[in-house]
Amino acid sequence: MTLDQMPLLQEATIIRTDGAGPLRLRLLDMGLIRGTRVTIQKVAPMGDPLEINLRGYSLTLRREDARFVEVMPL
Amino acid sequence: MMFALAGNQNSGKTTLFNQLTGTRQHVGNFPGVTIESKAGNIKGLKDDQVVDLPGIYSIRPYSSEEILTRDFILYQHPDALINIVDATNIERNLYLTLQLLEMRIPTVLALNMMDELNGSGSSIDIEKFSDSLGVPVIPICATRGEGIQELIAQTKRLAQTRELPRQLDFCSPGPVHRCIHAVSHIIEDHAERQRIPSRFAATKLIEGDNILTARLELDNNELDLIEHSIIEMERDCGMDRNEALADMRYAFIGELCHQTVKKGEHNRERQRSMRIDRVLTGKYTAIPVFLFVMLGIFYFTFNVIGAWLSDLLAAGIDALARLADGALTVLELNPMVQSLIIDGVFAGIGSVLSFLPLIVVLFFFLSVLEDTGYMARIAFVMDKPLRKIGLSGRSIVPMLLGFGCTVPAILATRTLASERDRKMTILLTPFMSCTAKIPIYALFAAVFFGGNSAVIMLILYVLGAALGTLMAWIGSRTAFRGNSTPFIMELPNYRFPSMKSVVVLLWDKARDFIQRAFTVIFMATLLIWFLQNFDVRLNPIQNGEQSLLSGLGKLLTPLFRPLGFSDWRLTTALISGLAAKEAVVSSLGVTMQTSMAELPNAIEKLFSPLSAFSYLVFVLLYTPCFASIATMKKELKSGLLTLLAVVGQCVFAWLIAWGVFSLGSVLLSFY
Repeated sequence: MTLDQMPLLQEATIIRTDGAGPLRLRLLDMGLIRGTRVTIQKVAPMGDPLEINLRGYSLTLRREDARFVEVMPL
Repeated sequence: MMFALAGNQNSGKTTLFNQLTGTRQHVGNFPGVTIESKAGNIKGLKDDQVVDLPGIYSIRPYSSEEILTRDFILYQHPDALINIVDATNIERNLYLTLQLLEMRIPTVLALNMMDELNGSGSSIDIEKFSDSLGVPVIPICATRGEGIQELIAQTKRLAQTRELPRQLDFCSPGPVHRCIHAVSHIIEDHAERQRIPSRFAATKLIEGDNILTARLELDNNELDLIEHSIIEMERDCGMDRNEALADMRYAFIGELCHQTVKKGEHNRERQRSMRIDRVLTGKYTAIPVFLFVMLGIFYFTFNVIGAWLSDLLAAGIDALARLADGALTVLELNPMVQSLIIDGVFAGIGSVLSFLPLIVVLFFFLSVLEDTGYMARIAFVMDKPLRKIGLSGRSIVPMLLGFGCTVPAILATRTLASERDRKMTILLTPFMSCTAKIPIYALFAAVFFGGNSAVIMLILYVLGAALGTLMAWIGSRTAFRGNSTPFIMELPNYRFPSMKSVVVLLWDKARDFIQRAFTVIFMATLLIWFLQNFDVRLNPIQNGEQSLLSGLGKLLTPLFRPLGFSDWRLTTALISGLAAKEAVVSSLGVTMQTSMAELPNAIEKLFSPLSAFSYLVFVLLYTPCFASIATMKKELKSGLLTLLAVVGQCVFAWLIAWGVFSLGSVLLSFY
């Protein structure tokens, strides 16, 4: 399952981070690497982007980018 | 001595910089890039300077901010580096730290927001933490100024003893470790020749930093060896090179935090932020709240405080001008010189200063939005609609401010993260009809559209915004295609802004605007004065029609015939409008030789309702004013691009007004 398909507030572990170029590097730099726990905290009022929690902080990213993060719900 | 200050965005870096330097800052450009640098002398220390590097999360060769940080530390050789780390978000902040430490310069870690961390029941074993990282760690609270003296003392001590970070090996034994050491070994000589720390060069090489690779001048054999050892690492650890290194860093950080950070039961600040966000980014409340906040800022800036201060300043300058006028009359000065001083010099100073209150008030609100963390939420809430035109959520603020005044709106693009978004937004703001155009709309709409004035005004506003949106959409698919930075952004906890930072910022903005915009606006006003008061033979004029300005207006008049108006006085008014849009109406009054009360009757003879509307469309879209041109040039940092924008605006305005007039004529012929 990918990060954008996760139900709200469901905790999950990252299995893989795909994507190309600067986008992927940015995801990795922000700490979205395998083994990291994430939850979707909120969806923006117009349905996109997402607010996720990881490593004790909040990050926002677009659904189209969240698709590159493969997760396994806990 | 020279110190560099580096850290993540939202780590309190600017606040710390202000604490270190006070108001003794100066702004300049880093060599070769368009990013502004700030440097300042440390309070009380004449010979010690600190340079504020841009807020970044990593050191990659993909953003100019990150390249700049890397180059500054490698090639400008600061005596020491202060790395500020947000203790409440320590894992992600340390990710940058690990890369900075590889650069081998004396480094002090300033652990910020310790009060917040302790307040939520967490604690950090500073001694153990410092020992594991191999650098001195100073707990500070930048907003309250705690720990700053010790930070300065430690940094100075380190710079004097040239003590380097002790710890280097963040990789536990394994494939990554082997690879980094193998690559380090291969490039050692090259790195030494270029005076780049070999460990840093090795990790960046593995991460595919082409700029650095080129600089090391490796031969093909060496490149092959390196590639081979990277591929071996990828195979052995089952990750590609970039993920392997990110994983290595986060693994080290995880272990470090596990041993030294005691997490409290509850995180007060986070919980508070989440409660606030229930309203501010809530499904049904977010957009109404955003509109309410913008409306509030608008109202206070352009109606209440800003307008009041502007009026006060204008009254002050008027009084001064009258006083000077009286004095000059008594002295029986040459009337021409007197006019130069009163209508030229004083008017010039007045028009520069009239923007100042707007800028100061607006930036007060903007910096509060930014420092509290709400600006990031605006981007979060408004991202979806703006993405459609190739921008991201943050651009909404400058765009809306454009409806007030283009000058501060362009200045507000500073809050945008990427150079591309900044440029696009700067070019977009003039499409939002500014308040100075209202008197022109009001005059014409009342004369030609009577009861429907409000509708006409609304049509103009919507037309401007719609054309702007269209141009942005086209732009994002042509000139600005492809190089958008990923929209992956931190939502920091809500915090009270540091008033000191706000004050420093306001002082900065005001000074900056006066310094850079003053000359342009002032010279432009003098030029207009000159054109108004002299004829072609440079003799003082007897009446308005002889002036150079009118001559210029007459020269350009045929150009406007296709738009439905061909009277030199109308063209002259448009030229005056370049000085300030307010001048259009007064210029019409002067050239028509009528009083303001009689003006409506006078202009009624010059237009049909359709050509009047075409005139208004032109006014809506052509270059706003000299002040906006000056600001645009300053923010785009390119005279050529600014010139292109100005010419583009005029041509675009002509085309649209022509289109409106032609289409209107065709439609009207059917009735």
